[in-house]
Amino acid sequence: MRAVLNVIKRELLIAMRRKSDILNPLWFLLIVITLFPLALGPEPELLARVAPGVLWVAALLSSLLSLERLFRDDYLDGSLEQLLLSGHPLAALSLAKIVAHWLLTALPLLLLSPLFAVLLGLSMPIFKATFLTLLIGTPVLSLIGGVGVALTVGLRRGGVLLSLLVLPLFIPVLIFATSAIEAASFGLPYAGHLAIMGAIAMLTLCFAPFATASALRVSMS
Amino acid sequence: MLHAKELACTRDQHELFSGLNFSIQQGQIIQIAGVNGAGKTSLLRLLAGLSLPASGEVLWQGESIQRFPQRYHQQLLYLGHLAGIKSELSALENLQFFKGLDSIETPEPDYFEILARVGLAGLEDEPCAHLSAGQQRRVALARLWVNQRLLWILDEPFTAIDKQGVAYLEKILLQHCERGGMVILTTHQSLQMPAQHYRVIELSASRGLM
Repeated sequence: MRAVLNVIKRELLIAMRRKSDILNPLWFLLIVITLFPLALGPEPELLARVAPGVLWVAALLSSLLSLERLFRDDYLDGSLEQLLLSGHPLAALSLAKIVAHWLLTALPLLLLSPLFAVLLGLSMPIFKATFLTLLIGTPVLSLIGGVGVALTVGLRRGGVLLSLLVLPLFIPVLIFATSAIEAASFGLPYAGHLAIMGAIAMLTLCFAPFATASALRVSMS
Repeated sequence: MLHAKELACTRDQHELFSGLNFSIQQGQIIQIAGVNGAGKTSLLRLLAGLSLPASGEVLWQGESIQRFPQRYHQQLLYLGHLAGIKSELSALENLQFFKGLDSIETPEPDYFEILARVGLAGLEDEPCAHLSAGQQRRVALARLWVNQRLLWILDEPFTAIDKQGVAYLEKILLQHCERGGMVILTTHQSLQMPAQHYRVIELSASRGLM
């Protein structure tokens, strides 16, 4: 447990020293979101219709943008070897890295989401649904992404392969998130959608750290 | 303590070595020698448990290291070509991180004293990106004091270290052995060590000399 907290602390410290790593995906997100009203036209009805989808796709892409960093630097400077040899379960340490990744990419997104909602002209109930789906859905993105990065970390040009591997696995979360938001826009209850998303999150939380650890072992040897 | 049994290693269907047998007891230093490409680093990675041998096994206290990797790794300090030093963090923060990874909680060592010992006094809070290659190597070597381990596996520990540093490091390795530790290392230098502690294992390259 001490080692897990230690890893999270180090990741946050490194990110603080390299602020551009946190800020760049957020800038990207902000620009994508401001481009949509420009491209589609500013009619509020149209924007309100596409906004949740835009927000989700942008969140997917920005999480993908920052995913590669998850293990790449550690692989290149030998820290990953040291984590492997630390005498702790690698799954726990991988989970620590993934938690740090979520704190650094998804949490700022959640904090900024009211701003995005204003930019896209979302109404309050739709914003609430969007926020909840992002809150439950983004951990899944980080967890599944971790497995993908661990598999491709040893490859020289793993970036494209990573998106090919990982994006299809994001589809279930995306489907349930957007249908929850759609239900919210018709004033229907969407607790069921959120429950299924929660179940997906729990399932990935149980299996992804172990898959990540095994994939890292394969990539290292 | 550590026993290599009929180890074989292949890379890209090319055999680096096979039928390798040796063991190391407390108080011994083993230098792995051989030409470039003979498989020295591959052998160290096998011994550390980072990769699997093509055949044979590595035993620690009579048990395969694949069976109880955690028990083995708690006794092992492995410093590879890449030392795992984060360039964004200072020398002090790097060492504190590695101390925090220890499984058995021991009192915090005096980091400033250790860093002074490896010649980094006054640079404790400098980000490692600002340090030279040799100084970064010294940060990694400071772990020899920070993490108290029985077995040291060191891959080219003398790279980028100056002459006085090499002499000092040799002394440290000897001290570690006299206290019952074990060292396996690769280097192209010939070490000045008393014969009762010191052995050289020659890996003969099967691909022949250039």
